[in-house]
Order: sequence, then C-alpha cells, then structure tokens
Amino acid sequence: MTPPPPGLAAYPSLAANPVLSSWLAFSPGGTVTIRPGKVEYGQGVWTALAQVAAEELDVALARVTVAPVSTGTSPDEGVTSGSLSIQHSGSALRQACAQARVLLLAAAADKLGAAVAELAVEDGQILAAGQPTGLSYWSLAGPGLLDREAGDPVPVKPPDRWSVAGRSAPRLDLPDKVTGRPRFLHDLVLPGMLYGRVVRPPAAVAELVSMGDPDLPPDVVVVRDGSFLGVVAATDAQALRAARLVAKTAQWHVTDSLPDDRDLKGFLLSAPAEDVPVESRRDAGAAASATTVRTAEYTRPFLAHASMAPSCAVARWDAGSVTAWSHSQGVFALRDALAAGLRLDPAQVTVNHAEGAGAYGHNGADDAALDAVLLARAVPGRPVRVLWSREDEMSWAPLGSAMLARLSAGLDDRGKIVTWRQDVWSNGFIGRPGRGGDPRLLALAHLAGGRPMPPAPDGPPTGAMGSTRNAVPGYDIPDLEVVRHRLLTMPIRTSSLRSLGAFLNVFAIESFMDELAECAGADPVAFRLAHLTDPRAVRVIEEVVEFSGWAGRPRQEGTGYGIGYARYKGLAGYCAAVAKVEAQDDVHVRRLWLAADVGTVINPDGVVNQVEGGAVQSTSWAIRERVTFDRAKITSLSWDTYPVLRFTEVPQVAVRIVAAPGQPETGAGEIAQGPVAAAIGNALAQAVGVRMRDLPLTREQVIRAIEEG
Amino acid sequence: MEQQELHLTVNGEDHTLACDPDLPLLDVLRAELGLAGPRFGCGLGLCGACMVIIDGKARSSCDYPAWAAEGTEVTTVEGLHHDGTLHAVQQAFLDEQAAQCGYCTSGMVVAAAALLTVNPAPTAQEVRAALDGNLCRCGTHGRVVAAVLRAAGQHDGEQAAHGNGGEQVAHEGSGQAVR
Repeated sequence: MTPPPPGLAAYPSLAANPVLSSWLAFSPGGTVTIRPGKVEYGQGVWTALAQVAAEELDVALARVTVAPVSTGTSPDEGVTSGSLSIQHSGSALRQACAQARVLLLAAAADKLGAAVAELAVEDGQILAAGQPTGLSYWSLAGPGLLDREAGDPVPVKPPDRWSVAGRSAPRLDLPDKVTGRPRFLHDLVLPGMLYGRVVRPPAAVAELVSMGDPDLPPDVVVVRDGSFLGVVAATDAQALRAARLVAKTAQWHVTDSLPDDRDLKGFLLSAPAEDVPVESRRDAGAAASATTVRTAEYTRPFLAHASMAPSCAVARWDAGSVTAWSHSQGVFALRDALAAGLRLDPAQVTVNHAEGAGAYGHNGADDAALDAVLLARAVPGRPVRVLWSREDEMSWAPLGSAMLARLSAGLDDRGKIVTWRQDVWSNGFIGRPGRGGDPRLLALAHLAGGRPMPPAPDGPPTGAMGSTRNAVPGYDIPDLEVVRHRLLTMPIRTSSLRSLGAFLNVFAIESFMDELAECAGADPVAFRLAHLTDPRAVRVIEEVVEFSGWAGRPRQEGTGYGIGYARYKGLAGYCAAVAKVEAQDDVHVRRLWLAADVGTVINPDGVVNQVEGGAVQSTSWAIRERVTFDRAKITSLSWDTYPVLRFTEVPQVAVRIVAAPGQPETGAGEIAQGPVAAAIGNALAQAVGVRMRDLPLTREQVIRAIEEG
Repeated sequence: MEQQELHLTVNGEDHTLACDPDLPLLDVLRAELGLAGPRFGCGLGLCGACMVIIDGKARSSCDYPAWAAEGTEVTTVEGLHHDGTLHAVQQAFLDEQAAQCGYCTSGMVVAAAALLTVNPAPTAQEVRAALDGNLCRCGTHGRVVAAVLRAAGQHDGEQAAHGNGGEQVAHEGSGQAVR
C-alpha cells in the first residue's frame, strides 16, 4: 500500500482506512450505504453521520442507510469513545463522500462529453445545465469505481450551504424502538442457538475449590476451566436454572480484598501510587504574591455504568474461526483481545457489533463476549448467547474509579488567583480491552493459569486524559502545577465511565472557585470572568447567566442557585450550567439551565438531547449514586441498592446551543457532566450555608456537614 | 420443570403453548412468542423495561408468572400499533425524539398508553408519577413526559414537562436553542 497523501493527515480515520469503498457504497434500489467504524450506542451518532453523507453527496437523508460495524468489513476507527465520533468519523466520511462525488461527476462528464463545472447533483441524479441527464450515482457507480484509495483532500461543502446537516433530523433508529421491533443484540436469535449463563465467583477474589454434583438435565453442558464456571442449555430459562443449581453446589475459597467502603479517602491516599506531572507552569514571582492560601479536598465514590440492559453476547466456535456479536464500543480491540486471550490469530476472529443499551463507557459488553466464546468452545458449530444477570452487571462490569482531588490556591491582595496546585488520586480510567498490552477481559483472570487483571492504565498524563481529564483549570493562572497519582493496586476493577476524571475535577475546581470567590469577596460569576480571556468561555457563561435569570434569582432559606463551567478536556466543547437546588427535607435539584458551544453542529436536537441526558445523569451521580461494598464483594447489586434518579426526581432541564460558526465540530455527550455537578454543589452550599465536598451530596452528607460545620 | 399447556391472549391473539407455567411471563413472550418489545432489565420488577399491559394495567412481566396471565388480556408494545398506524404515544415519542438508547422505551410507551386509557388528560406531575417505575439511564425523562402530554393532545404542556420544577417556564428557546 502506498502511503496516504500528506493532506489526509487531517482525517486520521480516512488516512488509516483510505479505500473509499470501505466507507460508502451505492446500493441497488437507489440507496447509499455508509460504513462508519464508530458504533451506535444510543446517542444518535449514526443519524448525524448519515446527515453528513447525505449533505456531501447531495442525496436525500432517507436514501442513506448505515451498515453495522464489523471487524470483517468496516474501517477500523478504534473505540467509539471520548466524544470523538462526529469529529473523527464525520470528517472522514465527509471527505470520502466528497471524493466519491468528484469521481462520479468526472465519470458523468466523460459520458456526456460535458465539463464537470456544467454538472450538478440533485438527490443523486446528475443534472447538466439544470436538466436531467438520465445519469445518476447508481448508474455511474460501476464495479470498482470506489475501490481506490482516497487522494489529496478535495474541498467539502461549507456549512453555510448545508441543507441536511446543521438541521435537526429525527433519529433513524427510533421507529424500531418505539414499536418493539428486534434491534438490540439481546433480540438476536440465530438458527440452532443455545443459551449460556456464567456462574461468577461469590467475591472479587475467590477460587473454585470444588463442584458438587448438581442434579442437571442431561442436555445441559457444564463448562469449568479453573474458576471460570458456566452452563449451556437449550433455552435461557433452562440455563439460568442450571446456573443456580451449579452455584449452590460450588465451593469457593474467598479472600477479602476490598478496601473500607466508609474510608475511601484513606484507601486512595494509602494505596501505592505512581506520581506523574501533568502540567507545570511556574511563576515564582506570582506565587510569592499570594496573600491568602486555601486548600480543600473533594471526593467521589466508585460509580457504576448501570446500563439498563445487562451485558449480552453471542458467539460461535467453528473449526478454525470464531465469530462473536457484541455491543462493545470497540469491536476491533475486542477482536484482538479475544485472539490474544485465547491464543488465536486475530484473522480467525470476527466481531460484529449490534446495539445494546446505553453504556456510558466501558461496561460488561466485552467481558460477555469472552464468556460467550468460552461457552461456545464447548459446543462447536452452535451459536451460544450469554446474558448477564442484573447483579453481575452491577458488580463485575468495570466501574468508574473513586477519586480524591486536593486543591490549593493562593489569592493576591486584589483577589486574583496567582497560584494553583491540584493533586488527583485515582485508579486508572483507561481499562478497555488491550490497553497497556493486556487483553483485560474479565474471565481471563478466572481461567486455569489466569492471573489477576493488572491495574488500569490512565492514558497520557495530560489534562485531557484519564483521571486528570479537566484537572488543569481553564482559568488564567500564572503559577500552576497539576499532578496525577495513579494507584498501582486495583482492588475494585475500574475503567472508562462517561467524562472520566472530568466529573470530579470540574466539581472540585468549580466548587473551589466559589470558595475562592467568597474569600475574595467577589460574585461567583464576576470572579470566573475575571480569570477568563477565551471569548467562547465567556460567551457560554454569559449566555447561561442571562437565560437562567441568574441576576434576579430569589434569595430564600433552603433554596440555592449555583454555577459551574468547563471546557471539556480543556480543548473540546464549552458548557456552563446553572442549578436550582432545594434542601429543606432532602436534596432536590429542581432546575438546570445549560449553555453549550460544541462548534459546528450537525444535528441540533441530537446535541440538545445529549446535553439534557448528560445533565440528568450527572445529577443522579451528584446526589444519589454510590457503589457500596464489604471487604469481599460489591453489595450494590440492584436498583434498590444502587438507586438512580427517577421521573419524579429529575430536574427540569433547559439547554441553549451557542452558535459557533466556522468552529470545528466537537462531541456533546460528556460536556455536561462536570459543570452540572459543580452547579449543584454550589447551589447546595448556598441553600444550606455549608460547603460539601464529598459526592454524592445526600441528605446524610448535608446533616454531617452542618454538624461539622 | 413441568411442561404444561398454557393459554395466553396476547395482542388480541389466543395462543396455546406447551411450557413451564412458572416461567416469568417475560420469558414466554420473548422466547415462545418471539416478541422483542418487552425487554429484560433486572428480573426483579424494579426497572420497567419489561412492562406490558395486563387487563388494562401496566406491570412488569419479569416477575409475573406466566400462569397468572391465563384468562387475561396481555398487550405488549407490538400490540399498540395496527396496520402501520402508530399508537398516539408511539407517534408522540417520535415527534419529541423522546429516547436515546431506547432500551427502556417500549416499557415506557406501554406504561404511558395504560395511563392515558384511565386518565386521558394527565398533568405533567401525574405523568411523572405514572412513569416512576420506569427507569431511564440516558436522562430522557423530560422528553418522555413531553411526549406523553403530546399524545394526550396537550401541546401546550410541553414546556412544563421537562422536569419536576413544578413551575411554568417562560419560553426558553430562541435561535438555535431547541428547548
């Protein structure tokens, strides 16, 4: 393969997968099939990508269909994460479509003996001087036309000429979902399919000592490999029943391995850690001008993805090949991890994506795929479907790490921040399959000869990645130091959860900004603006202040208003939030206002939906959620013990998109998490007159803070 | 595990099945009748993803034994639309784009349809109370409430629907602001 043209470097996904036909095809029946390498996992990204293709090709949106991602046929775009789908896949698709359009128009010009400049496209039909020519993309796109590598970038349609992109378009997947048509992986039924269930150990660290003799029907297959235990049966109900019988007879040796649930700070500060500098800009003169110094510590507990659907997978083990169906966010990495874990050639493994429920990060999807493969290995040639139980989903899927952020800042005599230090303690967030050179799939640790999963990596030590995502404040501060303390033991398995460290870091920074403003005798909004020069940052804050009615907010006992702001990762979308909190009997978040600048927008309603959803989920994390455990195992196993916000509890949410013409697209799915938590914390502090720094902000925390206050 | 004859009426059709009558109704609907709409979420009746209408009342099917559904009328989300015409609630979910991942959607549609048959003009608070047993992890609650009010013919109720603030909101959209 010749190296891609240097101009394609701006399109990393296309440069890595340059063959145009791997991105799009003109299918019989007048449709266009696009093949993004990013998966749909409930955020509507496929709809936005279809809009991008329709726009660039000049075809109706209804003509565009999206092919499910498969390692066999789709371009490898890595993991669908980090709010990068529109940025990476969108830009690659746009350029691939633009190049396809150039090729097709050249072919049309050739046939018509006309100049390309005389031609136009209307819904895929080729016009010459405004008149139909009888030619269309479908008549022109003969075999092989798109089987060529992308060349140097060609101009794409400027947003001011967009008619499909840039406007709200209804989600392509919702008609199936409101009518109950099979669409999720959980609905997949293959011919001859059997059903498997895994019997997980009763604790985080447990060894299978012996199996009794469960009274099982003759057609049930029991699979045991070390401490990995599972069953395969003809129906899911039979598999579940068999798994329960097997679990009853199994004898385990349990080792207590978990930290003290009631002392997360002690755990985070005492565990061995590597200390890595993240940002250091020193100005000794400025630091020396500090006349007031404040220090505070903020924490979050372990948080669960708690997907609505327990993880599911289907696999078939054939002679010489393995096929898996998974709702993983990274089917290519999963393929490689399955191959590495089972000592297969990756070329023997195919992983097909099918939709699951919203995951919000790295949940149990990949692990379920390995479970299915291990069980399918026992019944070659037959597909096996594995469904996790709710309890296993809550306790065996990776969690978002507990964190501690210690902030220290100095103000000069004019109330300006002159120095800031932030230390972040956390387990790693980058624990997806294959990261750090390990397959990182759950069952591998349980197989005979398996070893414990190594602690999760945390990505490059920057303010954009891992636990230190957003740990570098976006404010103008002359003397600044940020340090990451990544734990080197991992008693509780951690990995990516929506927004990674940004949720706590922004909560901490924005809470601290209010505390510093109070110290300086300044209004919280004015104090922030005095430390911001980026006009887009100023704009979202001013917008949310204006439309939330911040200036005229009533002062009432037990009610508070708070603000929070961040630019996600320090380099992506801007978001400012205002919260209204009532705290008479319990903590109620009543209203949220958000202003968001995510650059150029493909689907405005899609962006609003993402920001609304992020705001509600962040509220649930901020005031409600906390994984609990004893010294052996996780104990928050159901919606009773891991409650999330309900219909009667969710705040009213208003979102405004701040237009940013000409600015590059950024993701919208994670920008609300930090600012909303911060706004709630600041509103609660105002409502009760005491600062709370430990999430979740529950009634019990309020009472404790008031008692200690 | 006893195989017995089980008589169910689902979406207006009578079925005679040979299966274990102690199975959860959800398993029978999905595995025996091939209905994908009711979805497994927790198995404990705590999330609402598996809701169906049994004799007019929305309830979880994951913790409801199949034998108890004999002699009742069971309606799943598939039974709400006929000949390509969507139920008002289904159409309203599309109009409001009231979903993200959509895994909990069919349970919510069913719960909302059951609500509107007994209370055709609910307030936003009544909608929230009726859907309190349906969890949504994506945070689309405000849109769902707006959709149910829209299905009830209350287009004006949309703004009040977006949360539990309990106060009417001034129009908050302008320019690119959508809600």
